[in-house]
Amino acid sequence: MSNDLSISNPHPKIDVFEKLGLALASVGIIILLATWFGYTFENNALFLTVSISSIVLGTVVFSARKYLTQLEGIKNNGVYHSSLSSRGVVGWIIGIVLTSFYIFLYWFPEFLGLGENGNTNRGLIALFDPLSMWFKNQAASQWFVYGTIYTVCIVALGIKFMLKYRHNRYQLIRTTVVIIAQFFLAYFIPEILEGLNQEQAYFTKDLKNFWPLNYYFFDEWHLNNMQQSGSMGMFYLVWGIAGFLIITPVITYYVGKRWYCSWVCGCGGLAETAGDSFRQLSSKKLSAWKLERWMIHSVMVFVFLMTAGVLYGYFAGVSEIFGLSIYDYLRQPYGFLIGSAFSGVIGVGFYPVLGNRVWCRFGCPMAGYMGLFQRFKSRFRITTNGGQCISCGNCSTYCEQGIDVRAYAQKGENIVRASCVGCGVCSAVCPRGVLKLENGSEEGRISSGPIDIKNKTLNL
Amino acid sequence: MSRNIVIIGNGISGVTCARSLRKLDSACKITLISAETKYFYSRTALMYVYMGHMPFENTQPYENWFWEKNRIELVHRFVQKIDTSKKQLHFSDGTALFYDSLVLACGSKSNKFGWPGQDLKGVQGLFNYQDLLAMEENTKGISSAVVVGGGLIGVEMAEMLHSRGIHVSFLVREKDFWGAVLPKEESKMIERHIREYGIDLQMETELKEIKGSEKVNAITTSKEQEIPCSFVGLTVGVSPNIEFLKSSAIPLDRGILINEYFETNVSDVYAIGDCAQFKQALPGRRNLEQVWYTGKEHGETVAHTILGNKKAYAPGNWFNSAKFFDIEYQTYGMVNASLKENEATFYWEHQDGKKSFRIVFDKTTQAVLGFNAFGIRMRHEVCDKWITNKTAVKDVMNKLAAANFDPEFYKYHEKEINNAFQNQLS
Repeated sequence: MSNDLSISNPHPKIDVFEKLGLALASVGIIILLATWFGYTFENNALFLTVSISSIVLGTVVFSARKYLTQLEGIKNNGVYHSSLSSRGVVGWIIGIVLTSFYIFLYWFPEFLGLGENGNTNRGLIALFDPLSMWFKNQAASQWFVYGTIYTVCIVALGIKFMLKYRHNRYQLIRTTVVIIAQFFLAYFIPEILEGLNQEQAYFTKDLKNFWPLNYYFFDEWHLNNMQQSGSMGMFYLVWGIAGFLIITPVITYYVGKRWYCSWVCGCGGLAETAGDSFRQLSSKKLSAWKLERWMIHSVMVFVFLMTAGVLYGYFAGVSEIFGLSIYDYLRQPYGFLIGSAFSGVIGVGFYPVLGNRVWCRFGCPMAGYMGLFQRFKSRFRITTNGGQCISCGNCSTYCEQGIDVRAYAQKGENIVRASCVGCGVCSAVCPRGVLKLENGSEEGRISSGPIDIKNKTLNL
Repeated sequence: MSRNIVIIGNGISGVTCARSLRKLDSACKITLISAETKYFYSRTALMYVYMGHMPFENTQPYENWFWEKNRIELVHRFVQKIDTSKKQLHFSDGTALFYDSLVLACGSKSNKFGWPGQDLKGVQGLFNYQDLLAMEENTKGISSAVVVGGGLIGVEMAEMLHSRGIHVSFLVREKDFWGAVLPKEESKMIERHIREYGIDLQMETELKEIKGSEKVNAITTSKEQEIPCSFVGLTVGVSPNIEFLKSSAIPLDRGILINEYFETNVSDVYAIGDCAQFKQALPGRRNLEQVWYTGKEHGETVAHTILGNKKAYAPGNWFNSAKFFDIEYQTYGMVNASLKENEATFYWEHQDGKKSFRIVFDKTTQAVLGFNAFGIRMRHEVCDKWITNKTAVKDVMNKLAAANFDPEFYKYHEKEINNAFQNQLS
């Protein structure tokens, strides 16, 4: 049915300044692609600078021109007429490119140019050598390359998101925090600390990357490296444990899991910025919700079991439980299936096909853990404004977590769902001012409908 | 044997009626008939499909399995005639269907006032799914259009066309935009906003003639201006869709005549929603109620009566909402276009000219009567309580922030609004 409606009129064409911005960003992307396909530049510092700055600048020029020439307001015109955002050819191509990038990144980094066994880096990895040298005086790893590109995407497309939603202060403040959290907490400060403590063995220095999202936190090597790194290591160890035991439940009680998922989390940050064009592609079917509940809680149980096994091994000084290798049967499968295949390849690679929150919705154990608090013990809810809902479906369409928001709103019920990441877009796109994210008393949080607007004789 | 209830029309009224019936009684047989689409969709969302915000499937609030699960039988056919003496419906394909109780929820159709050329290709209204398909077809590759009629559908159509880069001339008969409903200040705000979008808004201008041989190519206005265009949207209101009932025994006026129980003069035949006309309007209400929320209330209330638990229609305080391009509008209680004798008002407008607040109250008792909010969201429950409790306007103004429903971190204007209110008093 909708095919009839997808091809006819093209939307107002992009103008010359927008094209200029796109061309500029393309230059940066072509440099990355060229090195991915094996080309090694003589002057990596120059080309890396050109690549990153043209991606950021090009994106800003394009989106500033696109959005600032329009009046403030919701900018979803043509989302379902665009090949990129409606699973068209462009969407599929980008999905395939992203997916293959992740496959190379996790399992074949030598094809990205990683120099193994003492060899120097080539291609894409070598392109990032100068920046890595500047931070920590060592050649780039595939993870440094990934972290840098990831941060560039969040900054550039985060700015685009802010221009698009410039009328909405919730979105502006939230996205500012997303960009700052990624740039400083996840990237700049950890890399600087690596550079300052080069004699130390590696441990994660991203303050917000809590277990169980960071599933290797309790690995033997990680625990050892933290303990061998003096007071800084001990700080990170204590902070990490307090993170999931105290900080996460307490903040989630007061404001819901959004403080993490759509404000500071790296996965969420990428989804909200780079993934914004794909939020409407999540499935809203009841069957998808059923699948979601099975999957996310299975992964959560898996990470608990895996970690329990790893910790048992660590404290008991053994490598087997019931005669089975802890590494081979728990730790390694989790890292491969969940840590790499699910969160990376499917989670981001499939953005243009399944939507931008596949990992957060179906897989992330941190989201599952916080979801339990949000559903059963939290002050957060999305309030439905009495009887004003007209069942249009914008809220459900643009819910990246696939929540059928309308199903609640049209009954006058508040939305209290484990999976809501509190991005606030349902509230933004609602044409009738029906939805409001808020924290309040637990009493009456899950309401049964607006009795005040019913026919009076029905209330007798 | 369980009761056989047939509903004609699967819009919000008919669907709410069907759902309420099933909630109240698991035994009755429910049949929901529509010639428009098999599955219920939200009419208010048609514009978002055209603008590319949503695929059509997303306008359907229930998944397709919902109807079978709730044993609501869907019939996608056109009812041509109703024989109330035999309690039988006749479809255009020659088939027939018996009923024990019949609910008419057949909605509205777009008005046309006999303009020359109104049946040319490229001239249409916007009410149903077929209109949406037609509009898609009629606006393919065009660059200019005319919309006639300054109501809610008119402004939606202007926004739709504008989203496709089509230049719109917008003819409005009244002096003030949506002037039958909005007070002057609000009308002017909306007019400014429509013009800000580059829409050629022509107030106090009517359509005189639509020109073209097969397809429209121009119109002339009451001011003798000729506007070349490839599309004309006629959005001059809707009226009850009751053509097919004219041969039946059911009494009609502008709509299907009903009492406060939604009963027609023919036993076991009820009418709800847009097509129903109350013989006697409730105080402060119209006898034709053609909005989403009243349709919902009609459907829910009549379900009780049909199942033998007679309930009169007694709606709560009036409310409504709309969106004019980027400006959201909410209203609670009664705010009339011009003040009634006993009424006084306070109006505040933000300096950006895109937000406003109005409160109407009783001059003598000071009791609050209604609110208009533009660009500011207000809490339904709180406003409703104030109106029901006849709270004094001063108390409302002092506690106004309690009714704010804007997203978190938005700038609050209540203090400024209340200061302006206090200044006006002193």
